[in-house]
Amino acid sequence: MAATDALATRRRGDTDPKGRRGPRRRGDAGYWLYLLPGAVLFALVIGGPLLFTGYLSLTRWSGIGDPTFVGLENYQRLLDDTVFWQSFRNTLAMIVAMVVVPTVVGLVLAAVLFDTIGRRFKSRTANALRAAFYLPQVLPVVVAGIVWGWILRPDGALNGLLDAVGLGALSHDWLGDPDTALPAVMGVMIWVQIGYPVVVFMAALQRVDPELYEAAEIDGAGWARRFRAITLPQIRPETFVVALTCTIAAMKVFGPIYALTRGGPENATNVPSYFAYYTFFKKLQVGYGSAISTVLTLIIVVVALLFIRAQHRAERQDGSA
Amino acid sequence: MSVTLTPAEAPAKTGRATPVRDRHHRGVGRWIVLAVVTVGALVMLVPFVFMLLNAFKTPGQYSTDGPLSWPSEFYTQGLRTYWTQVDFPQKLWNSALIAGSVAVLAVAVSLLNAYALGIGRVRGRLWIVGAFLLANMLPQESLVYPLYYFAKEVGLYNTRLVVIIIFTVIQSAFGTYLLASVLGTFPKSLLEAAALDGSGKWTILWRVVLPNVRPTLAVLLVFFFIWTWNEFLIPLVMLIDNQTQTIPVALASLQGDRLMDAPTTNAGALISLVPAIVFFLIFQRTLSRGITVGAEK
Repeated sequence: MAATDALATRRRGDTDPKGRRGPRRRGDAGYWLYLLPGAVLFALVIGGPLLFTGYLSLTRWSGIGDPTFVGLENYQRLLDDTVFWQSFRNTLAMIVAMVVVPTVVGLVLAAVLFDTIGRRFKSRTANALRAAFYLPQVLPVVVAGIVWGWILRPDGALNGLLDAVGLGALSHDWLGDPDTALPAVMGVMIWVQIGYPVVVFMAALQRVDPELYEAAEIDGAGWARRFRAITLPQIRPETFVVALTCTIAAMKVFGPIYALTRGGPENATNVPSYFAYYTFFKKLQVGYGSAISTVLTLIIVVVALLFIRAQHRAERQDGSA
Repeated sequence: MSVTLTPAEAPAKTGRATPVRDRHHRGVGRWIVLAVVTVGALVMLVPFVFMLLNAFKTPGQYSTDGPLSWPSEFYTQGLRTYWTQVDFPQKLWNSALIAGSVAVLAVAVSLLNAYALGIGRVRGRLWIVGAFLLANMLPQESLVYPLYYFAKEVGLYNTRLVVIIIFTVIQSAFGTYLLASVLGTFPKSLLEAAALDGSGKWTILWRVVLPNVRPTLAVLLVFFFIWTWNEFLIPLVMLIDNQTQTIPVALASLQGDRLMDAPTTNAGALISLVPAIVFFLIFQRTLSRGITVGAEK
């Protein structure tokens, strides 16, 4: 049986000897058929539009009539556009709120829920707490944005709460003031995002051998030592995945900005994706909007490639160590 | 989940064997940790409490007693205003139709793609999988204008169909990426055995591959449903009237409307998140399993 398996594997494998080219070719052709529907749809919905946006970024167009080719004019204009730079600075704030804080807090929370609460109390307790942290993640993000928009209104619940505890002096139009709008949006994004790393990291910890923790405990390692020496290295692959997916989500964030502030006040919370949407559909400057989108796309692709390379390098180091 | 309960509880038993003083010390510490984390979890739930408190309060009481007051009567006018104003049942149906169709179609397309890539190992598959992975990361802004323009040209603008087609492709980009790597490790012996029995590729896909990856497909189905349900930008651009809009778009487009006083806003948000919470409860198990699948890929 094992021999047949090995034979079968070789016949199917990539490194076919030349003699088998004939049948393998035919096999290939058969499989291409299965790729056909996906490929056609992909070309229509992703490939074509992506290239078209790239082309439009070199034109001036209002969406009616024919686009006028203007070369790199739109990109030149971007470099001098303060709103563009502001929107990318705000992206950094979104990365802090959607990647850095949730990942760090998520690591600690997951470790506490798993290592302390999960082991010292019933696992139902840990599961219930996890669900509370995860709940905002299941909401349509626009619904979350609208509720928070109301909470942060001048007559909303946050100011009501401040009044009730005697801090009425701190009452504020949180989203209406350019100085507090961005921190307020960041706070909302942390609330939205925190559950995702907690759930992923807790799931990851379940594949860590509990004897590791026990052995460390018997050796007198405190919680912080166990966290640094066991938890962090053991769930590094998940940490990479969470950081990558959250970073990309942060760079693409649109719905919450739309629902909370529409980029305002005075662009204090504008982000590239909202800026592009606004340029496309409100200002009807399709060429300029396409240039914004193209730059955003390129940055996302570069960041993703850097992440994947860093991950590969980390894995290689693990392998050789 | 049940599998993981055993190892999680085992250490607690061995913990009992440690000296009494140590256990006592740890006993206090663990309660403090529990209290801190519980407070954190409660803070996460505060917005939901606010929503409940204010969804059933009269606008008059809201302006005199403020957002933290206990509703003096059970006021449902806000809920009813929202329900009729946005024609909520229609929006619910639109969202369900779009998300449901996308989930099924995207899983089917993902499976076909992944069959060719993971099992068929067609030439250049690494590049193809890479393209799908990349497509999944693209900001939708880089596709939205051409899609909007083409949809208008072919008369699909403001139809649910165009949103279904677009998200079938976007979701299946992720599904293909994930499933291709799952099928890449599919046991060859099973495929060979079926081939020796004279089964064609189609039969092998249905009879051998599909039954084996059904759990993964179920997870993808749930993911695609929820992701599509929560999508915003493309539905916002494509769907412009009451007959076609989804729940998030309907809620967002009423924002700032004169009708949307605080109770109506809260009632609208509350009722819009009920379906999400229902899925959450139904699929909780599949989901927590699925997130692990996603993280370990």
